[in-house]
Amino acid sequence: MELLCPAGNLPALKTAVDNGADAVYIGFKDDTNARHFAGLNFTDKKLDKAVDYIRSHNRHLHVAINTFAHPGKIERWERAVDRCADMGVDAAIISDIAVLDYATKKHPNLELHLSVQASATNVEAINFYTNNFNVSRVVLPRVLSIHQVKQLARNTDVELEVFAFGSLCIMAEGRCYLSSYLTGESPNTVGACSPAKYVRWEETDNGLESRLNDVLIDRYQEGEKAGYPTLCKGRFDVGGKVFHALEEPTSLNTLELIPELANANIAAVKIEGRQRSPAYTEQVTKVWRAAIDRYKADPGQYRVESQWNQQLDNLSEGTTTTLGAYHRDWQ
Amino acid sequence: MKYALGPILYYWPKTKVEDFYNAATNSSADVIYMGETVCSKRRELKPKDWLGLAKDIADSGKQVVISTMALLEAPSEVNVLRKYCENGDFVVEANDFGAINLLAEAKTPFVCGHALNVYNAQVLQLLVNQGMQRWVMPVELSRDWLMQLQQDCQDLKIRDKFEIEVLSHGHLPLAYSARCFTARSENRAKDDCELCCINHENGIPLFSQDKKELFTINGIQTMSGYKYNLLNDVESMRDLVDVIRVSPMGMESLEVIEQFKQSVEHNIKLDLPHDRECNGYWHQIAGLETVSL
Repeated sequence: MELLCPAGNLPALKTAVDNGADAVYIGFKDDTNARHFAGLNFTDKKLDKAVDYIRSHNRHLHVAINTFAHPGKIERWERAVDRCADMGVDAAIISDIAVLDYATKKHPNLELHLSVQASATNVEAINFYTNNFNVSRVVLPRVLSIHQVKQLARNTDVELEVFAFGSLCIMAEGRCYLSSYLTGESPNTVGACSPAKYVRWEETDNGLESRLNDVLIDRYQEGEKAGYPTLCKGRFDVGGKVFHALEEPTSLNTLELIPELANANIAAVKIEGRQRSPAYTEQVTKVWRAAIDRYKADPGQYRVESQWNQQLDNLSEGTTTTLGAYHRDWQ
Repeated sequence: MKYALGPILYYWPKTKVEDFYNAATNSSADVIYMGETVCSKRRELKPKDWLGLAKDIADSGKQVVISTMALLEAPSEVNVLRKYCENGDFVVEANDFGAINLLAEAKTPFVCGHALNVYNAQVLQLLVNQGMQRWVMPVELSRDWLMQLQQDCQDLKIRDKFEIEVLSHGHLPLAYSARCFTARSENRAKDDCELCCINHENGIPLFSQDKKELFTINGIQTMSGYKYNLLNDVESMRDLVDVIRVSPMGMESLEVIEQFKQSVEHNIKLDLPHDRECNGYWHQIAGLETVSL
C-alpha cells in the first residue's frame, strides 16, 4: 500500500520524500490544478527539480490536472498532459473526460489516474472510465463507507486509491458548487473553494465574524477557536437552532483503518494538503510512514498509537479528527 | 423553444406526486422528467410505479424522460439504475457516469443531466458518440460559457446533434453528500432517518446567523437558498438554448412553465418578485446574486 503525500512546493516535496513518502503528488501553477492558490505549485523549472529529486530517491511523482477544461481553452489542459509525458512523471491525475481522451490517444504510455473530482463512486462509473480511457487507478471520493470501499474493491480490477488523512470534503468531490454560489468561483471552474481573496474577518459587538464574499459564515465568542471560513464548516441557523448544520471543522484520520484498507487491496492511501506547509507534510508523512511500516512488520499486532493521533490532531482543522463517511454513523 | 418539467427533487407523498403529474399532462410542458434522483430511501413510488406513471403521461403526447440518481454508492442502487437503463421504452436522464456506461451498452438514447461534469464541447462530442441526445448544462455555468462552448460545438460540427437545456427556475441543486443533512437537522442518524424529508415539501431553509437565506437542505442534497429565476433572461437564451427547464416546487410550477412560454412567444416582461430569487450564475457572477434587466 503506497503512501502518497501532497506537495505545494519544492521544499514540501523534498520533505515528503525525506520522511518516507512512496509517492508525491503536485500540480502546475495554473487553473488546471484544483489547488490553484497564490504562492503555491510548480512552474516548469521547479517541476524539473521535482522530477530530479524524485528520481534520485527512487520514488514516484503524480501530477494533478484536476479541473475541467474551459471552452475555447482546452489547449491549456492538453499542454499540461504533454508536459507530464515529456517530463516522464509516473502518473497524471485527471478529472475531465476530454482531457482523459486526449491523454489516452496522444500519450498511450502515460499512466492515468482518475481524479477524485471525477466523482466515480460505483462500479459502473468506474467501468465507464476504464472502458473508454487508459485509466489504471481510481481515486475514490470521500462519500463511501468502508463497507462500500471493500465492495468496490471486490468488484473491480482497477487499482483503488483512498483519502487517508486531511481536510474533509463532506460533499462528493467535483459535485459541489457551494463556493461558486457564494463567490462565483468553484473547484471545478477555477480550482479553488472558498477563495482567500473573498475572506474577511471583523470584530463586532456580536463577536469575531468570518465572512466569505460578505456572507456571514461563522461568529466566534471570546475563547472560541476561529477557523478558516470554508463555507460548509460554518455555523448556520436551521429551524431556529444555530449549529454546524453541514459539518464541524474537523479532519479525516483513518489510521485505525489501515488493516482493513490493506486487506481490501487498496493500492494507495492519500494524504490531503497541498496547500499546507512543509512542516505539515513532514509530520503527517512521518506518522503515516511509521503506521504503515508497523502494520507491514506484524499485521496481527497493529494498534494505533495514541502519540500518532495526538500528532495528527495538532495538525487538524479544529484539532479534532473523524473517520468521516467511512464510518456509517457519520453519515 | 421547448419547455420541460424537471424531476421532483423533494420527497412528496405518492398521492401528491400523482396529482401533480395528472395536472402536468394538461400543462404547457413538452418534456416531463420523472423519477427519484436524490435518495434511494425515498420509495413512495417504486420503479414500477414510476414506469407506470411514465406510460400514462407518454400517452398524453408529452415526451417522458426517466431521471436517475445523481449519487450512487450501494450495489442495490446500481441495480435499480440498471432496471431503468434497460426499460426499453423511455429516454433516460443520466446523472452519473455509471448510467452512461449502462445506457451506451444498452444503446438507449440519453439526456446528460446537470449533475454531470460536462464543461466543454470535446466532452459533448464524446457523449454524442455514446448516444446523448440532449445536454442539461451544469447549474454553475453562465451564458458566456455557453456561447463559447456552442462556438466550439460548431467547429466540431456537432451542434445539430443534440439539444441544450438550461435549468431556469427553482432551487438549484448545488452539492451531493454521503451525509443526510435533513436527518442531521433533526438529530437523527441517516440509517434511522424515518424518511423525515417527507415533512418538508420544498426542503428546509438554512440561514446565516444574520438571517440571510443561504441554502436549502434536501436530504443528501444542498440546494440554493434563493430560487433561481431566468424568466426575465429569456431574450438572452434565444438561439442558445433549446429547452427551458422548470424544477417542480408544487402546482405553481405548472404556471411558471406557461409564464416562460408567454415570455418567449410574446416577449412579455413580467414584474418579478426579486425578493429571495437570483440569476447570478447565468450572468457569470456569484450564483446568489441578482442582475435586474
